[in-house]
Amino acid sequence: MPAYLARRLFQSALILLGVSFITFFLLFVLPADPVRQIAGRSATPQTVENIRRELGLDQPFVVQYGRYLWGLVQGDMGRSYLQKTDVSTLIAARLPPTLLLMAAGIACELVLGLAMGMVAALRRGRATDNVLMMTSFVAVSAPQFVVSLILLYIFAVRLGWFPIGGYGTWHHLVLPAVTLGILGSGWYARMMRSSMVEVLRADFIRTARAKGLTRRAVIFRHALPNAILPIIAMIGIDIGIFMGGIVVVEGVFGWPGIGQLAWQAIQRVDIPIIMGVTLVSACAIVLGNLLADLITPFIDPRIRIR
Amino acid sequence: MTPTPDILRVDALSVSVRTETGLHPLVSDLSFRFAPGETLAIAGESGSGKSITSLAIMGLLPPPAVRVTSGAVILDGRELTSLPEDQMRAIRGDRIAMIFQEPMTSLNPVLTIGRQLTEAIRAHQPISRAQARAMALDALTAVRLSQPERRLGQYPHELSGGMRQRVMIAMALALKPQVLIADEPTTALDVTVQREVLDLLRDLQRDTGMAIILITHDMGVVAEMADRVIVMRAGRVVEQGDVRQIFAAPTAQYTRDLLAAVPRMRDRAATGSENASFEITEQNQIHDIRFTREHPIARLENVVVRFPLRSGLLNRTTHNVHAVEGVSLTINPGETFALVGESGCGKSTIAKALVGLVPHQGLIEVDGQKLGSLDATGRKSLTRSVQIIFQDPMAALDPRMTVGGLIAEPLVIHAIPGDHKARVADLLSRVGLQPDHADRYPHEFSGGQRQRICIARALALNPKLLIADESVSALDVSVQARVLALLGDLKTEFGIATLFISHDMAVVDTIADRVAVMFLGQIVETGNRAQVFGNPQHPYTRRLIAAVPVPDPTRTRPETVRLAGEIPSPVHPAGQAPDRVIMREVSDGHLVAQD
Repeated sequence: MPAYLARRLFQSALILLGVSFITFFLLFVLPADPVRQIAGRSATPQTVENIRRELGLDQPFVVQYGRYLWGLVQGDMGRSYLQKTDVSTLIAARLPPTLLLMAAGIACELVLGLAMGMVAALRRGRATDNVLMMTSFVAVSAPQFVVSLILLYIFAVRLGWFPIGGYGTWHHLVLPAVTLGILGSGWYARMMRSSMVEVLRADFIRTARAKGLTRRAVIFRHALPNAILPIIAMIGIDIGIFMGGIVVVEGVFGWPGIGQLAWQAIQRVDIPIIMGVTLVSACAIVLGNLLADLITPFIDPRIRIR
Repeated sequence: MTPTPDILRVDALSVSVRTETGLHPLVSDLSFRFAPGETLAIAGESGSGKSITSLAIMGLLPPPAVRVTSGAVILDGRELTSLPEDQMRAIRGDRIAMIFQEPMTSLNPVLTIGRQLTEAIRAHQPISRAQARAMALDALTAVRLSQPERRLGQYPHELSGGMRQRVMIAMALALKPQVLIADEPTTALDVTVQREVLDLLRDLQRDTGMAIILITHDMGVVAEMADRVIVMRAGRVVEQGDVRQIFAAPTAQYTRDLLAAVPRMRDRAATGSENASFEITEQNQIHDIRFTREHPIARLENVVVRFPLRSGLLNRTTHNVHAVEGVSLTINPGETFALVGESGCGKSTIAKALVGLVPHQGLIEVDGQKLGSLDATGRKSLTRSVQIIFQDPMAALDPRMTVGGLIAEPLVIHAIPGDHKARVADLLSRVGLQPDHADRYPHEFSGGQRQRICIARALALNPKLLIADESVSALDVSVQARVLALLGDLKTEFGIATLFISHDMAVVDTIADRVAVMFLGQIVETGNRAQVFGNPQHPYTRRLIAAVPVPDPTRTRPETVRLAGEIPSPVHPAGQAPDRVIMREVSDGHLVAQD
């Protein structure tokens, strides 16, 4: 187990290195010039040159990337060009709201999706199944901003149950989390349904029924743990897609998370922030996958690591 | 016999499946009754409705499509088919228990053996976990599972197939049911394990007096276990009666055909004259083989196949699976060489090594050419002379290709000039199919026909050696007999040599010229058929032969020695190899491993 963990962490570090290189390279070859953004339209060529030298942006790619990495190793993610603050400070301030939203969103999509998928599988081929699968199809294909606007209109504007946007109480959390939950749930509902349908056909389910177990025991003790196994691995992968959704949802609901931070930074070509947010997201995805792989053996004894 | 009250009675039971074209009968008008302590065998080939019958008795028919349309199942005076689900559930597992064919998939992989046993007990008896655990332990001890205490905490994947089937039996019998339904309980097991499980079932029946419904396709198992037999075909009872009467004087034509198709071990303890004439033909065979011994089709010398197991931080090889360990054999033109042994003995690995699908050490020569020394073109031309037919004909045929396309594919790959269409038509008729079948797809054919398609495809390149890897194991006996006959015809017609890999001693005894018995990656006995089957020397060969169920209910089985423990593991730490057996010659060409 320690050897396995060490190997996985080493692999994770390699992945993060790769991500940092590709992102840095893409930002380097990008035609947008961060210096122009900082200096403004009216700046003289001399000022522009000065700023460029000051930020080290006149150096060749290898030197710039090397400096960035060297800083990173020492825990320094650089300073924002425009906000004149350490990137680590900015991200540290924005991370808790995003993590909260992520946790709430993932919980929402899992509860909704797995329940829908399970019910559909148990009612396979009947009206309930059809309605649920149609719903999940709509959920999968609806654009995020449409869903969030509909929810805003009904629950914030019309009914006034929740605030239109902002951050602070759990009231603020509900609508963004539900939006994210609805979007992901369609996907999980479909996967859960097919996984469950397959497991319900398995021989050991027949054995469980032949033992005279109640329907509830058969479903929750025998079918569910087996059906959920492939889903766990998917949660790890899903975090990446989820991050994309968060950027939009944070924007719509004015949620002060790193999605918003990233959005602003991209518009202004604030390279250190873009790099920082990208690496933090990559970290989340890598850790999510690692976590999923570490959880699976607790449910599935066949892949328990020796 | 004094009339005993029936424990279970089935009256005019009909089961149907609802399809788009209406109700389709699966079982029609089935009636039987039987008493405590009795064993009733329901025999039949696939599609006969025998498994559906057992599910109907258990009330486990897959809803809503399949259901009982008429008739009754009466257990101890109580009608079951109309019973509400919660009352039926109380009977299931408690009064009627069931064991299934596939021990590998019939247990839940994520729950411990102990948990699965205790939940079955606690579903019917209001007792504590500790009490249930004690009962589970008793049940595991009763099925003679080694280290029962430890098994409770283990998961199904840590147990072998035979051990899992014992767990299934323990689970079924923990609550002392009145009726046990055993649906092909030994079909997926090796012969020696099958022997142990059948013995166990019989012993447990004697102790508890339960009635057994044994569902099987294997007439050998029927003859050994059953008191009475029902022969079913396409959902109907063909014949029903006492086991001795069914075997001695079957009245229905179908029963006669079925019994005729069962592969049998030759009875070598037969009368002198029979034996003498038999020996003469065997002598002729030996002579024929000697004659051609100069130019073998395939020669294996000291072949070793190992699969590395990696672990640790640096992924180093820490253990090796010694699948094949120092195997030497030769296959001569026109002969059928059989490789027999139980699962995991390395017989299929040899087939894979022969066609270059797994890397090997040692010498493999096919048609005079050394495998491994060949370049890509050489390997390709080699595949022309060696072709494999696999076990599962459905999995071996691409469902999106027509039969004609499948058979012509080797011709296309090897760029063989000529009229492929005519060749395909010719091949199809050779294997007993119609030339116009070429336009159809694999799913339109039955299992036996699909295996014929596979054989036609293998023949397309005029191979010199055909490898049949368990090629008839998945087929019903009547189909199996016809495919074996086809392989025999092809041998005489084209002089193709066959490497016949099988676990079924009876089948091997019907078609092999020479036989090698494998155990743990090594050959422990080899010789011609008469030598190995008529005068088996190695204890493992004897055990294999003794384990084969004989389709003759009058035969009293000699008490077999019950093997203690499991077959040792072929996994060894890196750098260590298992001891090689040393072969000694007992008679001309008959080699046996020394102890």
